[in-house]
Amino acid sequence: MRLPLRGMVAVLEWGLLAALLAAPLLAQWLAAPFWLDVATRLAILALAAVGLNLLLGVGGLASFGHAAYLAIGAYATAIPIYHSLYGGGGWLATDNGLLHLLLAVAAGGLFALITGALALKTRGIHFIMLTMAFSQMLFYLLQGLETYGGDDGMSLDVRSQLPGLDLDDAAQLHWLAVAALVAGLMLFRMVQRSRFGLVLMGCKARPERMWALGWPVRPVLLAAFVIGGMLAAVAGWLSANHATFVSPAMAEWTHSGELLFMVILGGAGRWLGPLTGAAAFVLLEEWLSSLTLYWHLPFGLLLIGIALWQAGVLQRGGRP
Amino acid sequence: MSAEAALIITQLLNGVQLGLLLFLVAAGLTLIFGVLDFVNLAHGAFVMLGAFISASIAGMLQGVPGGWLLGVVLMLPLLALLGMALELLLARPLQRAGLTPAALHLAQVLATFGVLLACSAVAMMIWGTQGMGVVLPGWLRGQVALGEAVQLPAYRLFIIVIGLMVALALHLLLQRTRLGMQLRAVASNADMAAALGAPVDALRVAVFALGAALAGLAGALMVPIAEASLGMAVEYIIIAFVIIIIGGLGSLKGSFFAALLVGMLDTLGRAFLDDALAAVLPLELAETAAPALSSMSIYLLMAAVLIWKPAGLFPPPTRGRH
Repeated sequence: MRLPLRGMVAVLEWGLLAALLAAPLLAQWLAAPFWLDVATRLAILALAAVGLNLLLGVGGLASFGHAAYLAIGAYATAIPIYHSLYGGGGWLATDNGLLHLLLAVAAGGLFALITGALALKTRGIHFIMLTMAFSQMLFYLLQGLETYGGDDGMSLDVRSQLPGLDLDDAAQLHWLAVAALVAGLMLFRMVQRSRFGLVLMGCKARPERMWALGWPVRPVLLAAFVIGGMLAAVAGWLSANHATFVSPAMAEWTHSGELLFMVILGGAGRWLGPLTGAAAFVLLEEWLSSLTLYWHLPFGLLLIGIALWQAGVLQRGGRP
Repeated sequence: MSAEAALIITQLLNGVQLGLLLFLVAAGLTLIFGVLDFVNLAHGAFVMLGAFISASIAGMLQGVPGGWLLGVVLMLPLLALLGMALELLLARPLQRAGLTPAALHLAQVLATFGVLLACSAVAMMIWGTQGMGVVLPGWLRGQVALGEAVQLPAYRLFIIVIGLMVALALHLLLQRTRLGMQLRAVASNADMAAALGAPVDALRVAVFALGAALAGLAGALMVPIAEASLGMAVEYIIIAFVIIIIGGLGSLKGSFFAALLVGMLDTLGRAFLDDALAAVLPLELAETAAPALSSMSIYLLMAAVLIWKPAGLFPPPTRGRH
C-alpha cells in the first residue's frame, strides 16, 4: 500500500507546481482573478516554508520565529519605497526592486546571523522559545516605528520597479513569485545533496558524534539558519509587492506557527513538502473561511488530528 | 515623603501586582512542563476562558451579593475539567506514541496550537469579538492608603494578597505533602516513580487540572483591570513562556522570581523609561523609542539570561529524563 500512496503524492505535487505555473492563464480562462491572488500568496508562503524546511527538515532546528523574516523582507521593500516617494531616508530612498531584494536578503541574513548565533547556544524547547522571543522583539520594534505606520503598518503606494517586468501586472508578479519558489526549491535540493547538506543532516541526527569527528556543528547549523532566513526574506519582498501592505503583525508568533504547520504537514525534510503544506494551508483557509466565520475551529481540530496522525496515535485507534 | 518617592513606590507595587498575576499563568505552565514534559501552547486559552466564564457567571448573578467572587470560584472546577480533558485526549496519547523527545515536543506544539485556535473560535462563537467587563463589589473598588502619600487601589492589593497566597500554597503543596513529593518524583524520573508505586497517570491528570485552574484564576483576576477578550489567548502565553524560561523550565521558585522580575521590568519600563531616555537622547526620539524598548525589554532580559545561564536562573535540581 505504501508505493501507490507515494506515487499519488508525487503526482499531486508536480500537478500543484504545474497548476501554479499555469495559474495566470487558468485564472484568465475561468475569469477568476481572485484565484490568481490566492495562487500568488500560496507561492510566496511556500517559498518561506522552503526556508523553514531547510532548518527543520534537514538541520532539525525547530524555529518558531520564521515569520520574522517575512516581515523583514517586507519592511526592507516598504521603507525605501516610502522614502523614494515622500523624501528623506538618504541612501535608503529608492524604488529599484533589485536593491529592495538585496536589502531584504542582507537584513534577513544579518538578523538570522545575530539571533541564530545566540539561539544556537541552546537546543530543543529552549531553541524554539528563543527564536520566538527574537521574532517577538522584532514585532515590538516594528510597532515602535511611528514613521512607518507603527502599530497599523503602512500601504505601499507603488510597487518595486524591476527592469523588464511590471509588478503591477498580476500575472507577471505571480510568475516572479513562482520563479522565486522554483529557485528556492532548487537551492534546497542543491544544499540537501551537497557535502554541507550531509554534514547538516549529521548534525541533526547525532550532533555529539559530528562534533567528535571534528565538524564545526554550531557554525554549520548557523549557516543553515542564515540561508533559511534569507529565503523567507525573499518571500517577504514578494509579499510586500503582492499585498502592497506591510504591518508588524506579519512577525507575530501565530504566523510562525502557521509556517511550521505547513512544513510539518508537507513532511519535514521532503523536497516538495513545503509546497504541499502551503497549498493545504492556503486552500483550507480560503475554503473554511468562506464556509464559516469561525474557520479557526475546524482548522484547529484538523491541526490536532494531524499531530495525532503523525505520532501514529490515530492509526492504532488510541491504543498504546 | 516626596511625591517622586511615592510615585516610585506605587509603581513598584504595580510591578509586584503584575508579576504575581503573571506568576499565576506561569505556575501552571511550568508545572505542566516540569512534571509532565508537555509544551502547552493552549495555556493562554485557559486564561481567556477563565476570564470569559467568570465574567459570564458574574453577569448572570448581577445583583446577588458576592456575585463576582462566586463567578471566579465557580469557574475554577470548569477549567480544571478542561485541563483534565486535554491530558486524557491529547497529552496522554502523544506521550505513549513512542516519539523521540524532539519529535514529541514538536507534536505537542502543533497539537496545542490547534487547541488554541479551536478554543479561540469557540469563544468567539459564544461571546463575540467584544470585550467583557465585570462590576467589582464595593469593598474592592476603593483606594487603600499605605503610609501618608502612597495610595493603592484596593483591587490591586487584593491581587497581591491572592498571588502570594497561591504561591505559598503551591510551595507547601510541593515541598510538604505526600502528593508534592510524588509530583517531584515524577518530574525527576517518571518511570522510576511509577516503579516505586506513584500513581503517575492520576498525578498527570491532577497537574493538568491544577495548571488549567491557575491559568483560569489569572484570567478571571485580569477582567476587572482589562476586560475579558479573545486576544488574551495569544497575549499571555508568550510572556508566560518567557517567564518560565528565565526562571528555569519546571522550577516553581524560578517562575515566581522571574514573574516578579518581568512584572517589575515591564511596569517600571513603561513608567520611567521615556524620562530616563530623555536624559540621554533628544526628547522626540526618546518618546518614540521608549514604548518599543519597554515592550522589548522582557525579551531582551530572556535572551540575556539564556546566553548567560542557558538553563535559566533556578534550574530544577534533577531532571533524570534528559
